[in-house]
This record gives sequence, structure tokens and C-alpha cells, in this order.
Amino acid sequence: MSSNKESTQKTIIVALLLCLVCSVIVAASVVLLRPIQEKNKALNLKQNILAAAGLLKENATPAEVETSFERITAKLVDLDTGEYVLPESIGVASAIDYDQKSASKNPKLSQVLPGEQDIASIKRREKYAKVYLVEDAGSIETIIVPVHGYGLWSTLYGFVALEKDANTVAGFGFYQHGETPGLGGEVDNPKWKGQWPGKKIYDFDVNEEPQIELIKGSVDVSMPGAEYKIDGLSGATLTSRGVTNLIHFWLGDNGFRKYLDRVREGA
Amino acid sequence: MSDMAIKKVLLDPIANDNPIALQILGICSALAVTTSLQLSIVMTVAVCLVTAFSSMSVSMIRNHIPSSIRIIVQMTIIATLVIVVDQLLRAFAYELSKQLSVFVGLIITNCIVMGRAEAFAMKNGPVMSFVDGIGNGLGYGAILIAVAIVRELLGAGSLFGIEIMTTTNNGGWYQPNGLLLLPPSAFFIIGLIIWGLRSWKPEQNEAPDFKIKAHVTKEAF
Repeated sequence: MSSNKESTQKTIIVALLLCLVCSVIVAASVVLLRPIQEKNKALNLKQNILAAAGLLKENATPAEVETSFERITAKLVDLDTGEYVLPESIGVASAIDYDQKSASKNPKLSQVLPGEQDIASIKRREKYAKVYLVEDAGSIETIIVPVHGYGLWSTLYGFVALEKDANTVAGFGFYQHGETPGLGGEVDNPKWKGQWPGKKIYDFDVNEEPQIELIKGSVDVSMPGAEYKIDGLSGATLTSRGVTNLIHFWLGDNGFRKYLDRVREGA
Repeated sequence: MSDMAIKKVLLDPIANDNPIALQILGICSALAVTTSLQLSIVMTVAVCLVTAFSSMSVSMIRNHIPSSIRIIVQMTIIATLVIVVDQLLRAFAYELSKQLSVFVGLIITNCIVMGRAEAFAMKNGPVMSFVDGIGNGLGYGAILIAVAIVRELLGAGSLFGIEIMTTTNNGGWYQPNGLLLLPPSAFFIIGLIIWGLRSWKPEQNEAPDFKIKAHVTKEAF
């Protein structure tokens, strides 16, 4: 028996059978569970968009999330000109179907960033970005723009919501990151996120670049320019720097600034 | 097989033959996931399931596995199960799977799973192997949970994400110890647990590999 078991023929048969059985199991679990996973992902994204805009109720059920999300429209923006583009012109059915994350890796839909401009360490930037608008009777109430950039260990993905003046922050939050829990991971702390609403991005008296930044220590309301400053995360200097950098990048010249200028002009 | 044997196989790995404390296996993931209690418990369940089912599967086909490819056969079975667990978590516990992210995938490389397949399942029947897998998963989990309680409570002032001691960040009195959230702290805690366990059960002490001779001075001629 044992000599038979060790033969080359037997070895190959066992290996083949095992591979076959295992691959069927893996393939089945992936295929069968994919619809549920996709649903989770989509719901999670919507929750995060709503949370950034401050429209998410606590413990909202999936159905409630869907209803609240109906107030939000997605649009595509050409980052180089700041103009809206029609989804059909770049080959997607609707703005909501546009996958910005994969576009940023697609050479056709993105461009390499030169080192000195790449302050958020993202290497490539997509040509078109998706923005989410909360509209009330045809006029924009809130603009939600996606941002991402490198922190300490990981790329942080989040949303910044701006009020209709395209300057005041309405909300901010990350939906995906891998920073150290308790240190850099405190970007998820509701108390920290709670500082963002009401802060201003640009100071038009100084220049056109975003002024908002995370400082070391905590912000004193009486300090000059307090409305452009956010508490740094203690024990997470590099994550804090990453957050500042990604905000500066995405709301700066290479990011949404041209678009936001247009919004402000009422386009 | 008697009930006694099952009980022994199930409960021995918790204190007498703990995979982390005695066999010193699976340390890396114990450092990584013990920052919060919730993650540790999910990880424990995942490791229990993977170890139990992989040991059972290996044991079922143990008489057909050619010894020349036995390690890779075990690995394939383990990897398959880990992928299934990962997919299930993503479908039914999306939030947790986001936090556990790569660590679930890394169960494949967890020495405990492989160690039990090679050391136990290759020589024992499927039922015993299954029980052994659960037992070792529990042993792993016991240490994980103990470490996670210390780390989350002292490092973040909370348990299961519920605040126990209000931290200064949130306007309370407790200044969290940031070191406890970093992986090295788990080393210290696991070290202390092993010390405690071996003081309680001295038979777990290993005989020293060598003895240091008494220092002798020689007069120069």
C-alpha cells in the first residue's frame, strides 16, 4: 500500500484531484458571494458619502440610506478644465458607474504626476473625477469630492464635503485606510472629524492655494487663522502630514480647484 | 475513542499545550490583530474554523497523500479554506473584514494551522483532528483575547470599542498608553503570560540546552 501511495502516478493524480476540488470550492465561494459583497461595498460607499455631507442618520437601515442617497446626484468633472463632462463621452453609462479608483491606474484615463507636484504621493492622477452634489431646487447645497493620498502605512480614501460657497467644510471622513488603530486610525474618531465642519479651505486674501492644515497640538479658537487649522493626531505625525497633503493636493491646482472656482462663479 | 480523549484533545491546548505559549507558534498574527478585542475574537473564530476543517480534510485523505507532496497538499487545503472564510467575512461582516483585511489572508501562513495538520491530522482520524483543530484555535484565541484586553483597555481606554475609561482625547482623565497599540507591546504581554503560565505549570519549562560553567580564574605563569 505504502509503495503504491508513493508512486509518481499516484502523486500526480492526488495533486490534480486536490487542485480540481479546491479550485471548484474557491471559485464557487467567490462567484456565489460576489453579489452580496458588491452590495455591501456600494452601500458602504453611499453611507460614507452621506456621512461626509452630514446627511447620515445614526443606525440608518440600508433602505434609509438608499432613500437619503436619492437626494444626491453624481457628476463627472474634467480636473484639467474644471468642467462637467458627460459620462457617455468617456465611455461609461452613467456617472455613478464610473470607477475612479481603477481609472487612476489606467494609463488611458490618468497621467503621471511629476515628483514635485505629487504631494499626496499618489503617483498617477485620473483625468476625470466623480463629484457628488446635494441639490435643492436646482441650486447646489453641498459638494462632495473624493480625496485620497498616502498616510503612514496606507493610502487613505475619503470624502470632503463643502458648502455651496465651495470653501466652507461641511464634513470630512475617510472610508478606507490602514493606519495604526488608536494613533493614525484616530482619523475615524467622530470627535476629531467633528472639528472639520465650519472650517475654511481657502483664504482668498492670501492666495489661491488651500490653507487648511493639521497642526501639532490642538487648535485654540483665539489663535490667528484658527478657521484654517485642525488638531493634529497625537502620536501620528506622518498620518497628520498625509491628511494635510492630500487635502492640499485634491483641493489645489491639480485637484478640484478649477472646478470649485467654476462652482463659485455659478457655473 | 472515549469522551475523555476528546476532552483532553480539546482542552489541552488551552493551558497545558498552548500553541502560542508553549509551542511558540502564530506569534506574528498575535501581534497584529490584538489591538482590539473585537478583531481578536473574529480572528479566533476564523482560525478555529480553518484549523478544524483543514485538519479534518487532511486527516480524511491522509492515507492517500504521497509524502513527497504532503506539505503542499496541506497548504492547498488550508489556502482554500482561508479564501472561503475571507469571502464569507466580506459578504456577511463587511466592516470587520475591512479591519482584518490582510490578516485573514495571512491565516494561511499561520504556523498553528500547518503545524496541527502535519503533527496531528496526518496521524489521527478526522473527528479527533477536527476537535484538535478547535482546541488549538481556542488555545490561540485564549492568548489573543487576554492580550487584546490589556492592549485595548490600556491603549485606547475601551473594550469592544465601548469606552471604559474616558481618554483625554475625548475630554476625560485617562491618558492612553500609545505603546500598547504598537506591535512590540504584544511581545511583552505574551512574554509575561508565558512567564506566568510556566510558573504555574513548571513542567512546561524546557531543559536548558547548555549550562554556563562557573567562572574560574587562572593565574598567569
